[in-house]
Amino acid sequence: MSHGDALADGFPDLSGHTIARQAHWGRWLAAAIIIVMLGAIGRAFANGQIEWSYVERFLTAPVILRGIVNTMIMAVAAMALGIALGVVVAIMRLSPNPVLRSVAAGYTWLFRGTPLILQLLLWFNLALVFPTIGIPGLWSARAVDVMTPFLAALLGLGINQGAYTSEVMRAGLLSVDIGQYEAAQAIGMGRLQALRRIILPQAMRVVIPPLGNEFIGLVKATSLASVIQYPEVLHSAENIYYANSRVIELLIVAGLWYLLVVSILTPLQMLLERRFARGLARGGR
Amino acid sequence: MRPLVAIRQVSKRFGEFQALKQVSLDVFEGEVVCLIGQSGSGKTTLLRCVNQLATADSGGIWLDGELLGFREIDGRLHRLSERDIARQRLACGMVFQRFNLFPHMTALENLIEGPVQVQRRAVAEAKDEAMALLRRVGLADKAGSYPSQLSGGQQQRVAIARALAMKPRLVLFDEPTSALDPELVGEVLSVMKELARSGMTMLVVTHELGFAREVADRVVYMDQGVIVESGPAAEVLRAPREARTKAFLAAEVG
Repeated sequence: MSHGDALADGFPDLSGHTIARQAHWGRWLAAAIIIVMLGAIGRAFANGQIEWSYVERFLTAPVILRGIVNTMIMAVAAMALGIALGVVVAIMRLSPNPVLRSVAAGYTWLFRGTPLILQLLLWFNLALVFPTIGIPGLWSARAVDVMTPFLAALLGLGINQGAYTSEVMRAGLLSVDIGQYEAAQAIGMGRLQALRRIILPQAMRVVIPPLGNEFIGLVKATSLASVIQYPEVLHSAENIYYANSRVIELLIVAGLWYLLVVSILTPLQMLLERRFARGLARGGR
Repeated sequence: MRPLVAIRQVSKRFGEFQALKQVSLDVFEGEVVCLIGQSGSGKTTLLRCVNQLATADSGGIWLDGELLGFREIDGRLHRLSERDIARQRLACGMVFQRFNLFPHMTALENLIEGPVQVQRRAVAEAKDEAMALLRRVGLADKAGSYPSQLSGGQQQRVAIARALAMKPRLVLFDEPTSALDPELVGEVLSVMKELARSGMTMLVVTHELGFAREVADRVVYMDQGVIVESGPAAEVLRAPREARTKAFLAAEVG
């Protein structure tokens, strides 16, 4: 049924009206409660048994600075090892070769299935199992000399990280459309070349947010290496408070450094995400 | 005359589903052959076997006289290595239904990827040829665009240029216009027509009967994994002999 061009009455023109601001009473109330609570917590700490002058003094002490540098060196090196292992293991996991698939699954099972601190202690005490290590006839050395705290921490953290990274990488590889493999094959690429040139660059876009997460976790996990005498920042802080008994002050110093490092990493991750979002309408924008 | 592609008694099953049953077909140099038929008739599977994206369970396919995927030694077939299969694939260009351009590369980078990375040709030379191909498909101004910045029709034209950049002996088309909005089909078909006129050997799986009528030298109608009827486009499309072909054409025309 047609009514021609006439519009029905009773629906006035609202196009000239302004839209009134909404009053967000709930937000004001929540803000007030939180400010009061933060004030109470701040007051408690200000009146508590904390000598803030120690925090200030030790925040930039050379031992602490060396500690945070060692923390970063270890985190970067272990992440590099973890990513290298993770990529290789993820590719093995998706290989048509059943032997490679089982080895990859076994690796992930073993290193995800045991606590990191236990793995660190095992690497550090490897000399108890193998007093001398080396390549028969070529080179050999005492394990206690080779397995320094640095190497033990690198192997423990890096190999453990590889097990987690391989799962992140596998998810990334699976997220790439099967048509991309076929298009790569159709222009004459082999499996590995297709992975390197076509599939991995697209998988990177998907894996960077979880990898950033993993890296932040790893920065903090380096603190576990303090148990095997690796001189990272928590170990340095502990050494100082063993001498001067300012336990809380030095733990706060270490905590502030971790916070600072993690705060710097977040914008770095955004930059990386933008780099790998090339050509995609969504992401990083 | 030896056919460029010779398909003999090819069968292929996916679990319980028999996709191809003893299919044989010749495609000669310079010929345009259109494969038509309902979905599930096996035409796409046959096309994918020619490019070894699918492997036949039995039978053989020869390209320019060379058996694909296997080497015959003393009456037994030995599967070729991945490297040899990759080399054999260079003879075929492939255009996919869903374009499958590499999204992290510009149109130009998509075109030179194969020539530079696989064929190890000089970058400058590959770029010159790629630009010439982009001009040929009417997209020289989009060389620096990423696939996501192009319409479906433009993406498929880049995909055709990417296939041609490898200098293939023949180009396989897998329903190249099925994923396109209706108004974008024409630009892709006109690129394909120009390619056919230039003498390229083409094996085209398509639902575009108008295109088949106009361009194909031969039309092959497939149903339930077998070739029901094949012959010159005018004969098969205008005066089909088989009842199944008649029924299909009647339904397609509506």
